[in-house]
Amino acid sequence: MSDLTDISVTEALVGLAGKKFSAVELAKAHIAAMESARALNAFITETPKLAMKQAIESDARRAAGRAGAMDGIPLGIKDLYCTKDVRTTAASHILGEFTPTYESTVTQKLFDAGCVMLGKTNLDEFAMGSSNITSYFGPAISPWSGKDPVKANRKLVPGGSSGGSSAAVAGRFAMAATGTDTGGSIRQPASFTGIVGMKPTYGRCSRWGIVAFASSLDQAGPMTRTVADAALMLRVMAGFDSKDSTSVDQAVPDFVTALGTSIKGMKIGIPREYRIDGISAEIDNLWQKGAAMLRDAGAEIVEISLPHTKYSLAVYYIIAPAEASSNLARYDGVRYGLRVPGENLINMYENTRAEGFGKEVRRRILIGTYVLSAGYYDAYYLKAQKVRRCIRNDFEEAFKKCDAILTPTAPSTAFAIGEKQDDPIQMYLNDVFTVPLNLVGLPGISVPVGLGSDGLPLGLQLIGRAFDEMTLFKAASALEKAANFNHKPPFMAGT
Amino acid sequence: MAYVQGQTGEWEMVIGLEVHAQVTSNAKLFSGAATEFGAAPNAQVSLVDAAFPGMLPVINGKCVEQAVRTGLGLQAEINLVSVFDRKNYFYADLPPGYQISQYKNPIVGKGEIVLDLADGTSRTIGITRLHLEQDAGKSMHDQSPNETYVDLNRAGVALMEIVSEPDMRSGEEAGAYLKKLRAIMRYLGTCDGNMEEGSMRCDVNLSMRRKGDTKLGTRCEIKNVNSIRFVQQAIEFESHRQVELLEGGNVVKQETRLWDTTKGETRAMRSKEEAHDYRYFPDPDLLPLKLDQKWVNDIKMTLPELPDQKKDRFIRDYGLKSYDAMVLVAERASADFFEAVAKGRDGKLAANWVTGEFFGALNKLGKTVNDSPVSAQALGELVDLISNQTISNRIAKDVFEAMLETGKGAAALVEEKGLRQVTDLGSIEKSIDEILTAHADKVAEYKSGKDKLFGFFVGQVMKTTGGKANPAVLNELLKKKLNS
Amino acid sequence: MSIDQTTVVKIAHLARLKIPTEEQKQVAGELNKILEWITQLDEVDVTAVEPMSSVNDVPLRWRDDIVTDGDKMADIMTNAPAKTADFFTVPKVVE
Ligand SMILES: [Mg+2]
Ligand SMILES: [Zn+2]
Repeated sequence: MSDLTDISVTEALVGLAGKKFSAVELAKAHIAAMESARALNAFITETPKLAMKQAIESDARRAAGRAGAMDGIPLGIKDLYCTKDVRTTAASHILGEFTPTYESTVTQKLFDAGCVMLGKTNLDEFAMGSSNITSYFGPAISPWSGKDPVKANRKLVPGGSSGGSSAAVAGRFAMAATGTDTGGSIRQPASFTGIVGMKPTYGRCSRWGIVAFASSLDQAGPMTRTVADAALMLRVMAGFDSKDSTSVDQAVPDFVTALGTSIKGMKIGIPREYRIDGISAEIDNLWQKGAAMLRDAGAEIVEISLPHTKYSLAVYYIIAPAEASSNLARYDGVRYGLRVPGENLINMYENTRAEGFGKEVRRRILIGTYVLSAGYYDAYYLKAQKVRRCIRNDFEEAFKKCDAILTPTAPSTAFAIGEKQDDPIQMYLNDVFTVPLNLVGLPGISVPVGLGSDGLPLGLQLIGRAFDEMTLFKAASALEKAANFNHKPPFMAGT
Repeated sequence: MAYVQGQTGEWEMVIGLEVHAQVTSNAKLFSGAATEFGAAPNAQVSLVDAAFPGMLPVINGKCVEQAVRTGLGLQAEINLVSVFDRKNYFYADLPPGYQISQYKNPIVGKGEIVLDLADGTSRTIGITRLHLEQDAGKSMHDQSPNETYVDLNRAGVALMEIVSEPDMRSGEEAGAYLKKLRAIMRYLGTCDGNMEEGSMRCDVNLSMRRKGDTKLGTRCEIKNVNSIRFVQQAIEFESHRQVELLEGGNVVKQETRLWDTTKGETRAMRSKEEAHDYRYFPDPDLLPLKLDQKWVNDIKMTLPELPDQKKDRFIRDYGLKSYDAMVLVAERASADFFEAVAKGRDGKLAANWVTGEFFGALNKLGKTVNDSPVSAQALGELVDLISNQTISNRIAKDVFEAMLETGKGAAALVEEKGLRQVTDLGSIEKSIDEILTAHADKVAEYKSGKDKLFGFFVGQVMKTTGGKANPAVLNELLKKKLNS
Repeated sequence: MSIDQTTVVKIAHLARLKIPTEEQKQVAGELNKILEWITQLDEVDVTAVEPMSSVNDVPLRWRDDIVTDGDKMADIMTNAPAKTADFFTVPKVVE
């Protein structure tokens, strides 16, 4: 491991500004690290040439005094973001060698700020999963390894769906990465790999150019090693986009200014219902520890009630597949991507989609098709949309009593590849704490707080009011400081 | 109401029409690609229209305004909140695998259209709703033996789907409905109504029931009939087909059919055979469409006078017969032309000339009001010459012919050809005297009671004056002389 | 509301996914498990609750009626798995 790969974005920017090293050196170190970490399968497509070109340009800009907010920072880009002239797969066979002629709004913003792209990171196919095992390109593997008998000697999942991004950031072969979060896909992998993952308010980041999974839930966000890096990176990624009708025209504050400020008097809600629903003692302990840290930092801990959140997963597993079944109808072998011949148009569709989509994606398309179909719409889809409103009402009530809410991010530490694979519902339960936010559009951040008894990282999630990421960063930075999580994964690229 | 005569009695048609009218706009409903007709294949396609990964719809405000204008023109309720839904189905020319449409909450609710029928009666046809939706692309099945070609130029173009109540009872009514709807949209500037270019398409829902029955029969939907004449022919064919089935003891199968223009028959569509389940749900890429009542009111203030109002005004202000008024308002261009001719003149005379000689001439020349060789101003000048008795109505017809041929003005032609009407009493009297003298025998016959000969004397005088004698003066003088 | 093999065939066809006959029963089983789990929503009384399909309460923004896009045939066609001249092509459809 080189010194250049173990520093934070914030530190790197200081180093670049102080001419301690160049963007080219930073890029080279990361490209080498990326190549040495191929066993983790974190990248679907590596773009070292592009990275070098961008790094050279970055150094030129800096020399000319025109450096952007993240100039020279080497990133992993989740392979759900369409990138101009770089193959974009969504980790699916159905996109074939699809190479966009356009750049997603968020990656464009990152490039405009000077970022360097190392490559496209692995993910669950179409972001459908919590483990990265549904990728057509094979699973991404966590740089962490477990101590307990089940997990020792087995490869662990880096979480999902943004598993390639979490593995690369935790494994020190990307300084930061983009993720997308539909039900927890940024926060859960962040928790599994001991990094910070931020899902902003729905509408904060443009969805334009990001392959859609469930349009009313999808949101882009940063995955970093520190809260400060997340604040910095979100500011670059966020902003109104007239090309996305669900993008909200709200000023983007300088989130970095929230860091390290006092949280004295801030009210932190602890949802009563989450405690009794049989979570493990280990998780409960960590959660209480986190609450105590915030209390010690000056916050007031208040009990709140979110009575309907326990239905979130069921609601999610109606709404997300319903939207996905429609969003994925465009993959039909006509204009781009895979085509498997058939004797007529219908057979061509059926062959292409059967071969092009993996098992989990097919399963969700079928569920989604079913819950929208004649005779079942009211019982499933409409009902889910109604319970969704109940969940939102709960949060609105709760935020009358508190400024942010603290919960565990995930119900467990990372599991081994192969575990939970036979039972989709077991897998879906991973998102129990993260999914409610997507249903109501609220921002959430996962901060690494400690290790479980198996030696694996665990994060806590902070939930904020809509468009109040500032409060969230404030609380997250206090939690980060108190937790002082300085554990590193056994695998660090280049070591 | 026309009934279909079957073997066992009379049958009544029940017809409802679904019209897809292309919204007049520069850009598409949810993308910035152009809507112009006749572009090279796939030249007017954006990544949104072709449903590339990550592409998102953003609505064109003009299309919303056009839908509201049309709704107001149909005296319909405007829904201040409406929702865009996805209608899910797979087809080669539907790139996203769904059509963005409005299902449960359309932008426009119930309205109506009044039809003026040829027999002078009128009927009110209910409008069920109008909603905004995207058009699909075009599939061409006859370009290659084993492939269908797809052109996405139309994909995403804004359509208004206008659904009528099943209120029509004959092909004539269906035709009148389409003409009236088209006229209203053209007046409003919301759809050019050009059926040849596909900017107005019609689906016909037709069922039959025995005269006097109130229960609806099973209907068939005839898709995409692309002219008013074909709609009427399709109704004619389909109504007889259904009556034959029903009288033969068979049932009518609810199905989608196609109008085959070459064979002049409807037939079941193969590709639409399977039962559809469109799985409508609100498009999560779009938020509900909310309108401001004041904005709607403002649009209402800018609506032009529509055909029905114009017709009433023509009857009231120009003293026109209802039929003439109806003919004149059918197209905004004719109505405007008429008004330009009639302004400050005798309205009835102007109407007679516009609907008579003028329309007749256009018809013969295959021209429209817009490219007419005679301007409204020129025709007005001719009407003036009739009104101030410079020429008679009969002479005026010759002058009009000359105007068409030469493009010269009416007054100039009258002067050039010396067609000025003779109103001078002395000279007309002189002609009468000559004729009466020359036909003394006929004068005697007339005096003994053969009144019909009056016309003969008029004709003779006209002949000697080259038709220029003022008919009124001539009549009066002649009567006086003969009766003296 | 349990999914049987016929229903699997029906929805698979609606979704244009070929599922081999021998797999249909198993798929039905998997889907039923998920649907059964979802029935927990029956506990919630949602009478008088309006469905919520989008989280932001802002009205839909409108674009101006200006041609800003199109005329990019190369971009549109470059990834096409089958094309002839400037058309996408698919197996022949009989109407
Ligand atoms: Mg329809
Ligand atoms: Zn329609």
